[in-house]
Amino acid sequence: MTNATVTAGAATLGPGLAIEAVGLTKTYPGGVRALRGLSLQFPLGSIFALLGPNGAGKSTAVKVLTTLSRPDSGGARVAGYDILSEAEAVRRAIGVVSQKPAGDLDATGWENLMLQGHLYGLAGAELKRRAEQLVEVLSLGEVVNRIVKTYSGGTQRKLDIAIGLVNRPRVLFLDEPTTGLDPDARAEMWETISRLAREGLGVLLTTHYLEEADQLSDRLAIVDHGEIVAEGTADELKHELRGDSVSLQLTDEPPPDSVEAALAAIDGLLNDRSYEAGWLRARVDNGPTALPALLAALDGAGVRVSSASVARPSLDDVYLSHTGHAYNALQEN
Amino acid sequence: MSFAVSSAGHVSARYLRAFARQPYYLAVTLVQPVIWLLLFGHVFERVVQLPGFSTASYIGFLAPGIVVMTALFSNGWSGMAYVTDIDRGVLDRFLVAPVRGGSLIGGQLAYAGLLTLLQSLIILGLGWISGASFAGAGPGILACLLATLLLGTAFASYSNALALLLRKQETLIAMVNFLVLPLTFLSVTFMPSALLPGWIRTLSAYNPVDWAVQVSRQCLSGTADWGYVSLHLALLALLAAACAYLSTRAFGAYRRAI
Repeated sequence: MTNATVTAGAATLGPGLAIEAVGLTKTYPGGVRALRGLSLQFPLGSIFALLGPNGAGKSTAVKVLTTLSRPDSGGARVAGYDILSEAEAVRRAIGVVSQKPAGDLDATGWENLMLQGHLYGLAGAELKRRAEQLVEVLSLGEVVNRIVKTYSGGTQRKLDIAIGLVNRPRVLFLDEPTTGLDPDARAEMWETISRLAREGLGVLLTTHYLEEADQLSDRLAIVDHGEIVAEGTADELKHELRGDSVSLQLTDEPPPDSVEAALAAIDGLLNDRSYEAGWLRARVDNGPTALPALLAALDGAGVRVSSASVARPSLDDVYLSHTGHAYNALQEN
Repeated sequence: MSFAVSSAGHVSARYLRAFARQPYYLAVTLVQPVIWLLLFGHVFERVVQLPGFSTASYIGFLAPGIVVMTALFSNGWSGMAYVTDIDRGVLDRFLVAPVRGGSLIGGQLAYAGLLTLLQSLIILGLGWISGASFAGAGPGILACLLATLLLGTAFASYSNALALLLRKQETLIAMVNFLVLPLTFLSVTFMPSALLPGWIRTLSAYNPVDWAVQVSRQCLSGTADWGYVSLHLALLALLAAACAYLSTRAFGAYRRAI
C-alpha cells in the first residue's frame, strides 16, 4: 500500500457537515412515492450508511443529493452548498459512484479517467498527475491501459471509485459499492472506503448488506419506504433494543402457565419475553450472567431445557424492531 | 464558454476513439446505401428514358438521394449510444459533473457530422466510379455535403432526444424507421418532381428530406437555382439548430423521469 493520500491537495477540509438534508420528498410519475420526508446529516471525515432493501428509496436519495434529479419538496446542503440554488457548486464538490459500474466499456481505464477530469474542467499535467495518483492508490496500474470491457467486476468498481475521485471531491457518494463483488473484492473495497473517510472525505454509503453498514459506517440510518425509521451508530441502535437476546428451547413444550410460574422468581431479569411452540425468547441486560440464573429458575420449577443460546443484538434485530419485518425475508421478495 | 467548447471536444474524442477501435462499423453503415445505389440504380437504369428525367445516368440521379438517405439512417441511430450510456449509468455520471447538456449533445453531433461527411464522400465516390458525373464539381459537392450535414444534425438531435425521453432501444428503432423511409419516398429521392403524383409533390415541398435532396442534386449537377438553394439551406440550418436545442432540453425531461 502506498503513502500517497487520495485527498492530498484538496481544499482544506475544515470541520463541517458533509450533508444536511431536511424533509426530502420525491414522487415519480406514476405515483411511486420514493421519498417521504427524508432527513439526515453527518460531518465530513465520516461514513454515513443508508441501509435498506431495494426499493426503500436509497438510490432516489442519492440522485436528489447529487443534483441528478430534483426533490418535490424539502432541501439539502451538500459540502455546504444548496442542491437546488447552487447545483453547480455541489457538482464540483462531490464524487459519485453509482449503483451500476459506470465506466465506458469501450474505452481504457486511463481514457475514462481523462474524460472524467475534462468534464470537470481539469486538463494537462495537473489532470495527468491526479490520474496517476489514483491509479497508484487504487492499484489499477496493471489494467489501466486495457479496455474496461476486459475488467473483472471488482476492478470495474475500483475504476468507478477512481473516476469518482478525479475532481478531488469533499463528499463521496457510494451507491451500493459492493453489490455483486466476491468476498475478497468486498474486503478490499471496505478498506479503501475507510481510508477515504480517515483522510477527511464525507462518505454517504448506501447498502442493503447489514454487515456492511455495521462494519463500515460511523453512523447509519435504516430507510424503509422512503423515510428514515432509525438512526444512530450501530452500537446505539443495538443498545436501544435493551440488551442481548436469549433463546431457550424447552423440552416437551410445557404449558405456558408452568413456564410463567417458573419465571415468577426472576421476573425483573427478562425484557420483552415471549413463549411460543416450546421456544422461550427474551431480552436481558447481560446475557452471560443472566443465563445461569434463568436456567436455575427453570430447573427449580421442573422445566427442562434442551438448548440455550445468547446473542448480542444484531442489526437484523434492530431492523426487525423498527420496520416490523425481518430483513432477510424482505431481501428474498 | 471555453469550458463548454473544450468539454464538447472531449465528448467528440470519446466517440472518435470508440470508432477508431471498430472502423469496420463504417463498412456496416455503407452496406445498405451500396445496395440502393448499385443494385437499385442498375435495375432501374432505363427509367431515365422517361420524359421528365433530364439526366442520362440514373445512378448519377440517385447518388445525392442515397447520400441523404444514408445520413438519415446513420444519424437516426445516434440515440442508440445514449440508450447504452443510460443503461450503463455513464450518462448519469456525466449529468452529475459540471459539464453542460449542450456540450454533451454538441460533442455527439460533431462526431455524427464527421461520420456523415465520411459516408457521403464514399457514396459520391462510388457513384462517380459507377459512371455518374458531377458537373457541379467542388462547389456542388460542398453544397451537397452541407445540406446533408444539416439534415443529419437535425435527425441525430431527434434521435438523441427520443433516446433521452424513451430510454429503450426497441422504441427508438421503431421511431426512426417510422420516419426514414416515408420521408425518403415523399421526396424526389427516386423520381424527379415532374413524375411524382400531385399529392406527393405537394407534401414534398414541406419535407426537409426533399429540400436536402433537391439542393444536393441541383448543386451536384451544376444546375443550381441559387434562390432555391440558399433559401432551403437556411431552412435546413434553422431546423438543425431548433432540433439540437430541443435535444438539450430533453435532459431536463430525463432528470425529472429518473
